[in-house]
Amino acid sequence: MSQAFDKLFDARGLSCPMPLVNARKEIGKLELGQVLKVVATDRGSVADFQGWAKVAKNVELVAQETETTEAGNVYAHYVKRTA
Amino acid sequence: MDGSAEARLAAEPSRLLALEEKLRELEKRLTYLEGQAAEDRVALVVFSGDLDRVLAAFIIATGAAAMGQQVSMFFTFWGLSVLKKDTQLSGKTLFQKMMALMSPGSSRNLPVSRMNYFGAGSKMLRAMMKAKNVNSLEELMSLAKELGVRMVACEMSRDLMGIRESELIGGLECGGVATFLADSLQARTSLFI
Repeated sequence: MSQAFDKLFDARGLSCPMPLVNARKEIGKLELGQVLKVVATDRGSVADFQGWAKVAKNVELVAQETETTEAGNVYAHYVKRTA
Repeated sequence: MDGSAEARLAAEPSRLLALEEKLRELEKRLTYLEGQAAEDRVALVVFSGDLDRVLAAFIIATGAAAMGQQVSMFFTFWGLSVLKKDTQLSGKTLFQKMMALMSPGSSRNLPVSRMNYFGAGSKMLRAMMKAKNVNSLEELMSLAKELGVRMVACEMSRDLMGIRESELIGGLECGGVATFLADSLQARTSLFI
């Protein structure tokens, strides 16, 4: 099952803290209630996005998925702009 | 209505007054406590001029800023080397000249805290970071600026070490201990790096 989203941001190949920093920039471009999908190869981003959603008052982590590819795992984070 | 209920009713106005008084007192305490509550703020002291430590500082700073925190970084002593853009010698005392010559001329020349081997370790770390696509210190610094991280250069240690403001990069504030404390006392997290 795949989650709906409004915009895709590709953070593959980026390492800490860039997936988070860029996602933060991207989500500012969305309308309230829209969902940003971020794909990353940084394993730490899984916990990072959970931490972000826990602390920030303007985002909600809707879902997270892990896809195993030949090149390694790709992590998808669905972040909704709530404020 | 029995006697005790009547007595209670008679006591009602004074009870209300007492409650009002108590409410006012609680309101006062709440206002005080709200003033004491931490803001969404992170305050860092960058005392070290070691590349690895400074990298950690900037990763925390940019990460926190991305998470919606107000971030302030206070650079003091060896941390000032991070902010240098060039080295001037004229007009400095002998000790200040020695200090200037023996300190890194800019963020690009910072040593690593361990296994530096006269700069080879530092070059190696940078090469490894590049290979792993980790952002360089300079990229993280400009990112921090872009994200609105407040950077303060310690006036006392800058003056003591004879580093001129013209030797430092732009976009800095200068300040002292109270500048840092004003931010850190309101912060959820304060780190000394």
